[in-house]
Amino acid sequence: MTAVTAWGNLAPAEHSIVALRDRDSAPGLVASAERPGLATGLMRSYGDEPLNTGGVAWDMRGLSRLIAFDSETGDLTCEAGVTIADIQRTFAPRGWMMPVTPGTKHVTVGGAIANDVHGKNHHVAGSLGNHVVALTLARTDGTVTTLDGPSDPMFRATVGGMGLTGVILQATIRMHRVAGPWMSAEDVVFGDLDEFFSVSAESRDTYDYSVAWVDITTHGGGRGIFTRGNNAVEQPPAPPPGRVVTMPFTPPLSLVNSLSLRVFNRGYFALKRSLAREALVHYDPFFYPLDGIGRWDRMYGPRGFHQYQCVVPSAGAREPVSEMLKQIRVSGLGSFLGVLKVMGDEPPIGTMSFPREGVTFALDFPERGDATAALFVRLDAIVSEAGGRLYAAKDARMPKEMFEAGYPGLDEFVAYRDPGISSEMSRRLMGE
Amino acid sequence: MAGVLVPRRAVVIGATSGMAEAVMRLWVSGGTGRLHLVGRSRERLEAVAGDLAARSDAVEVTIHACDLTDPAAISAAVGEVSALDPDVVLIAHGAMYEQADMQEDLALADQQLRVTGVSPVLWAEACVDALDRGVVAVIGSVAGDRGRRKNYLYGSSKGMVERAVEGMQHRVHGSRQRVVLIKPGPTATPMTAALDPGGLADVDEVARSIAVGIAKGAPVLYVPGQWRAIMAVIRSMPRPVFNRLDL
Ligand SMILES: Cc1cc2nc3c(=O)[nH]c(=O)nc-3n(C[C@H](O)[C@H](O)[C@H](O)COP(=O)(O)OP(=O)(O)OC[C@H]3O[C@@H](n4cnc5c(N)ncnc54)[C@H](O)[C@@H]3O)c2cc1C
Ligand SMILES: NC(=O)c1ccc[n+]([C@@H]2O[C@H](COP(=O)([O-])OP(=O)(O)OC[C@H]3O[C@@H](n4cnc5c(N)ncnc54)[C@H](OP(=O)(O)O)[C@@H]3O)[C@@H](O)[C@H]2O)c1
Repeated sequence: MTAVTAWGNLAPAEHSIVALRDRDSAPGLVASAERPGLATGLMRSYGDEPLNTGGVAWDMRGLSRLIAFDSETGDLTCEAGVTIADIQRTFAPRGWMMPVTPGTKHVTVGGAIANDVHGKNHHVAGSLGNHVVALTLARTDGTVTTLDGPSDPMFRATVGGMGLTGVILQATIRMHRVAGPWMSAEDVVFGDLDEFFSVSAESRDTYDYSVAWVDITTHGGGRGIFTRGNNAVEQPPAPPPGRVVTMPFTPPLSLVNSLSLRVFNRGYFALKRSLAREALVHYDPFFYPLDGIGRWDRMYGPRGFHQYQCVVPSAGAREPVSEMLKQIRVSGLGSFLGVLKVMGDEPPIGTMSFPREGVTFALDFPERGDATAALFVRLDAIVSEAGGRLYAAKDARMPKEMFEAGYPGLDEFVAYRDPGISSEMSRRLMGE
Repeated sequence: MAGVLVPRRAVVIGATSGMAEAVMRLWVSGGTGRLHLVGRSRERLEAVAGDLAARSDAVEVTIHACDLTDPAAISAAVGEVSALDPDVVLIAHGAMYEQADMQEDLALADQQLRVTGVSPVLWAEACVDALDRGVVAVIGSVAGDRGRRKNYLYGSSKGMVERAVEGMQHRVHGSRQRVVLIKPGPTATPMTAALDPGGLADVDEVARSIAVGIAKGAPVLYVPGQWRAIMAVIRSMPRPVFNRLDL
């Protein structure tokens, strides 16, 4: 048994780890597990979704090979443990990038599909599942099946299926044609939520990528920075970005107290404001600003942290977002990050996908026991009232009722689960 | 790969090894045009070759599957190697069995010594013989620097590799050939999947150092570099002190 933690570092969990290494032997290992198993990628999910305490973890990282690339269609077939970092690094110089990428490149293709991840281009591209052409799924009954697109209900259950329908062995993704690794981007300062919504609306048709950072520590809140960009047409010859500085160990105390937060948020605001003009940026800092600080999760200290991410329908979204900002300010529990984005209308193909039409809001909170829990109860009420839902990839605590209400596909989904697969999260939210 | 010389043509023995794969990916991203992969399993070699070929429009990859421990198979395979006139031959295969299991089972101990000691030495010997220029690089280990109770059978196979490479370095002195010994510390690959990940070096960083070391032709390469100093201390400890330590 080996102890592993998810990205939020909330609690280490003991697993018997089985490393899957190659496509030929993997199905046999999946079928021969004696206890319920769960595929794990790079453990970038925050809460209990990638954990299976006391059970088997099929470590997918060794399945890291590309299988084929078609430079006509852009179809990339690869093993599920290939990382988005590897794909971007290998293909951006050749004129192709991931059609959708989350805010960290340190995720596996399998993990990204299992959460049907969304990115800064959701308003034009939808989520990753909209670009998956085919999947190969190994189940604990020993079967290996190729699922050809969303007409297959097992495909729809697997995209966003939190690893619960089987182990994705390989996938074919239709890549996005680009001129090269550089982006053309700019930052726009907004003073309050109304301005955020108007900048968002005005950027929607002219910018393929957008996201906003909200300063949640100052009074009269809602100010922030709106970042928008496109794949650059002109590509300069230039060196790749600098080295990563890693937090080598977990500090004994959380470095995120309200003082450091205020300083960080103000400093970031001042810095970003000075950059508010269109510029060429390498894709790495544009898509993955946090990856530049290495294991920043450790900054929150030994008790770990939560991310709270919701999506609420856009009709009337201003109210719930503003109410959430207010509740966070009142609680004094501050958050390092407040990320806001208006999503697109393209419906996800996954039965259990998180992304939907609306506004998504993500916030980090250090774990502070009852105080944190009490704030989450207030935030839950706002999200539920607005008809929204929470993102499983970030969650360690949402109430079962809220999960059921937020995910109407749940009843259909359970029929496609693999009975030999279970996670901490599935036991908490689905009873098994 | 920015700033590092990559071979135009290279041969890798034990090409399905996690460490070798990471090195080859760096080479291909830097423009290596020709790779020949040797290993024991055709299926696994095909998967690795497919990966490398998908990474570049400019690389040609071939494979050869054989029993890596069979001297006749080695002699037969080396003809193909020398015909390629490679800039680098990297010999990477090895296994690490549980010391306790080997103490119970001499056949397993024998396999440990043959797969990780005798076989790489025979490959290096055959390649040094067949080639007249370029680098033959063999992956040893810090574990070969001093025997300790937790893994001395694995360690002694690596110690054997070190003595043989030393002799080959003496043999090729003054010629257009180089022989390089690479000594990694614990690194995250399938070989160490069961170990605590906290103590393992990142395989891509290790691969980068290996690629740089091979390009420089340094005779002995510790990766990551701090192992040179650590092992110097461990080697120089007086036996009574060392034997009391729980290493
Ligand atoms: C800094 C940061 C920024 C992020 N930004 C975004 C963002 O912008 N948008 C977004 O959508 N998400 C975002 N995320 C969340 C992240 O994209 C997801 O949690 C992603 O699923 C993590 O992938 P992983 O490889 O680490 O998978 P893990 O966290 O290891 O696993 C996640 C789930 O995938 C399943 N799984 C993994 N591999 C397989 C497989 N081969 N077959 C079947 N199931 C499998 C697991 O069982 C588990 O349920 C962010 C996370 C971080 C840390
Ligand atoms: N990882 C570490 O911490 C570490 C530290 C120091 C030194 N090393 C050395 O680095 C080298 C590469 O190891 P790795 O970490 O990359 O491990 P790995 O991924 O497990 O690779 C081991 C390689 O050896 C081959 N092999 C194993 N048993 C064999 C046998 N009986 N016959 C023929 N081939 C066999 C494997 O072939 P298959 O794919 O066919 O199984 C594979 O190519 C080894 O020499 C190892 O001793 C590793």
